[in-house]
Amino acid sequence: MNSPLLNLDKVTIRFGGLTAVSEVDLQIGECELVGLIGPNGAGKTTAFNLITGVYQPTGGVITFNGQPTKKLKPHQLARRGIARTFQNIRLFASMTVFDNVRTAVQLHRPHGIRNALWRGLGFRKGEAAVEKQVMELLEIFQLGKHRNELAKCLPYGDQRRLEIVRALATQPKLLLLDEPAAGMNPTEKAELTKLIRFVKEKFQISVLLVEHDMKLVMDICERIAVLDYGVKIAEGTPSEVRANPKVVEAYLGD
Amino acid sequence: MNSGAKRFLLAAILVAAVVSYFSAQFNRYYLGLAIDVGINIILAVSLNLINGHTGLFSLGHAGFMAVGAYSAASFTLAFSKSVPPAMVPLVFIAALVIGGLAAALAGLAVGVPTLRLRGDYLAIVTLGFGEIIRVILQNMDCVGAASGLKGIPGYTNLFWAFALAALTVFVVTCIVNSTYGRGFIAVQDDEVAASAMGVNPTRYKVTAFVIGAFFAGIAGGLYAHHKQFLSPTGFDFMKSIDIVVMVILGGMGRTAGVIIAAIVLTLLPEFLRGFADYRMIIYSLLIIILMIARPQGLFSFGKK
Repeated sequence: MNSPLLNLDKVTIRFGGLTAVSEVDLQIGECELVGLIGPNGAGKTTAFNLITGVYQPTGGVITFNGQPTKKLKPHQLARRGIARTFQNIRLFASMTVFDNVRTAVQLHRPHGIRNALWRGLGFRKGEAAVEKQVMELLEIFQLGKHRNELAKCLPYGDQRRLEIVRALATQPKLLLLDEPAAGMNPTEKAELTKLIRFVKEKFQISVLLVEHDMKLVMDICERIAVLDYGVKIAEGTPSEVRANPKVVEAYLGD
Repeated sequence: MNSGAKRFLLAAILVAAVVSYFSAQFNRYYLGLAIDVGINIILAVSLNLINGHTGLFSLGHAGFMAVGAYSAASFTLAFSKSVPPAMVPLVFIAALVIGGLAAALAGLAVGVPTLRLRGDYLAIVTLGFGEIIRVILQNMDCVGAASGLKGIPGYTNLFWAFALAALTVFVVTCIVNSTYGRGFIAVQDDEVAASAMGVNPTRYKVTAFVIGAFFAGIAGGLYAHHKQFLSPTGFDFMKSIDIVVMVILGGMGRTAGVIIAAIVLTLLPEFLRGFADYRMIIYSLLIIILMIARPQGLFSFGKK
């Protein structure tokens, strides 16, 4: 791994007296599937928020695609190829399934107000291309038949899936999944496992996964990093991590 | 629907022109009322872009209207003595554009620093802005201060009011019903998720604010050349509330409902002239009943 896609170098963030993430190093290569695990409050979601620009680190450097991400806002990082889902589903509830994905597609299209007002040939071609792109994505994930339903009316599993589709619509290089299996039953989890593998292969992207379901994480991750109290206590292949006494003590239990 | 929207705009302008051609035969009172309806549609639909679609609770719409009204009126007053009749429409259009641009500029000046604030705070800042504008106007001698600005030529007619109302509806609808425009609703639904999807929330908010203010300014210009007299008290806090009520009653983010609400709420007080003093009580009762019975808005059916 000579030049990782994402590189966290001694990244630290403090909220007042609390150090939520402390000197964490993490590399994710092209097309790699990495898991991030740890007990509740270990700083996993905070790490996500640091990577996506929601928080600015108090120390350390994050580089994405060879460039430092310092001072970049979430929407700028989305443009550079970081997409994410949220621990608590955050779809655009009052929009249809189609519009949810359409909103995410737009960032790679030179759309503006002028176009939307003039409604010329270029605009219509652009909108048609957007529609095609959105429908293709929805069809891949079997959501095409729900295109005109409101996002908040979908069943839970489909909402999770739609969130992933929406993130993919931004054409990311790196996809961050924050507890995608939370609240799913075993069948849905099995499907999700397949889905994540499929997404990675089909779109050739890197995935960073935060998850509490150990079976899922051990199944699909090529590498796992373990956080505890904001510190990275272990990193390695699933079997290495499982055998690490520190991890067993802090998180996995005997 | 793309060219359909343009056809709708042309048809509406044509109808406005034809009706306006015969307007000399109408009762002057009803004619004036019809122009009020047109102006209120512009105000309500433009505020709907800010409050309804983008989810910013702005209470300063009367302030933007005042900026537009006074700028447009000052412009025509500077020229009105020397305008040949054939030039009147040009001067009027220029006045309206100047009014709109002045209001948009005010919107930009208020929006850039304050749109970082959320919900209640934004409401308070915009409320303050409206009051500041009113107090400034009350103390500006060059626009008549508290005694008001008199002698504005009555350029506004039925055609201008409804053609510009149609234009406002067209602009707001076209913007919102495009891939670009979904960003406004995304910002309202979930700002964090929107920014994670590459939507720049601040930019969208400022854009909505500036476009909304621009049309409020145009409405102000129409109002000035309709009433032919401007007084700072006409743009007080209650005026902003009137417009907000239209948006809420029509259903936030639903253009058709907001238009109907603007019509109903302009005509209602006229028919209730007898109990004019109780108008605000009826208003408040309406909103309370509405919030309980139809939180999605009186005239909203089905999806947005």
